Amino acid sequence: MPARTASEDFTKGLWKENPVFRHLLGMCPTLAVTNAMINGLAMGLATTFVLVLSSLVVSSIKKLIPSQVRIASYIVIIATFVTVADRFLAAFFPPISKNLGPYVPLIVVNCIILERQEAFSSKNTISRSLIDALGMSLGFLIALLVLSAIREILGSGTFFGQQVLGTWFEPWIIMVLPPGAFIALGILLGLANKIEEKSKSRR
Amino acid sequence: MELLAIFISAVLINNFVLRYFLGICPFLGVSKKIDSAVSMGLAVTFVMTITAVVSWAINHWILIPYGLDYLKIVSFILVIASLVQLVEMFIRKVSPPLYQALGIYLPLVTTNCAILFLALLAALKEYNFLESVVYGFGSGIGFTLAIILIAGIREQLDMADVPEPLKGAGISLIVAGIMALAFFGFSGMIK
Repeated sequence: MPARTASEDFTKGLWKENPVFRHLLGMCPTLAVTNAMINGLAMGLATTFVLVLSSLVVSSIKKLIPSQVRIASYIVIIATFVTVADRFLAAFFPPISKNLGPYVPLIVVNCIILERQEAFSSKNTISRSLIDALGMSLGFLIALLVLSAIREILGSGTFFGQQVLGTWFEPWIIMVLPPGAFIALGILLGLANKIEEKSKSRR
Repeated sequence: MELLAIFISAVLINNFVLRYFLGICPFLGVSKKIDSAVSMGLAVTFVMTITAVVSWAINHWILIPYGLDYLKIVSFILVIASLVQLVEMFIRKVSPPLYQALGIYLPLVTTNCAILFLALLAALKEYNFLESVVYGFGSGIGFTLAIILIAGIREQLDMADVPEPLKGAGISLIVAGIMALAFFGFSGMIK
């Protein structure tokens, strides 16, 4: 593996290996909680919390985990932090916790987190794993925010709950409903592929 | 009657894939051919039914009596994962043809978010034992229905002229969106 700089570890999650747009990981939360910006933001931050702390723990005890039971160990570590995040949201932000419902516990099975432990944290130093986790979560957060911005503006004419489109605007209710999520993400993926293709041909 | 309502609502109205966005990874990954979609659907139905039974037992006999509600996430995921492993070994020993059919899909199912969601939701809705089982089975059938439908559409799509950047996941998501729209027609069928 070629030695990479810290900035590359960080920025690859933003676009080149963006978990949602390039790798199609973590699709369930991406589609489910992006009906409003605030939900997308909360989910992104909760995932960041879990991913960063799990990477920290996994990369620091990677030598102690026997490889046969590594997946189970990762899941226990991840589930612990998810429980913390779930309880924290329920205690301090009850309305958001209610909106996200059972999708917070589902961070456990978010493939992004397990994939990063398996592919990166279990093989690299603590500091690199941290940087990688931060970059990946930021990429995930950006993807969530883009999708939820589109859905909230078109679906309810608001942005973070603030009215941005005038009263003339008839909200496209479908965008905040499940079908809108599928269609919007499908089109975004197409756009992402198009941009990637363009930048490749320019190189 | 109550049980029938739970079953129909799990299959059609609150379809796991099209309503709750669960199991999108296998839904997109294993839906290129109808054959593999059927196997995947069967594996999911199978695991979901077992999960419903086991998670109900854990919840009612261990977690609730001892006030360990906050351990729900950890215990459900661990038990489901080890259970699937066990079932896989058992099937391999007892019924090779069934193992052939479900084979590689079983381990994949474990990390499927739909399974954990099912366990959590059944606990949240405080279903009794029979209701949990029907709910688990119905959700599995709903998943199977959705994945077979989209596999059928995707087989046809191979011959269609799809814009290059949308090929693969992009167009599948848009198709899924239109399917979800169609499934909306079922809502309101059962209150």
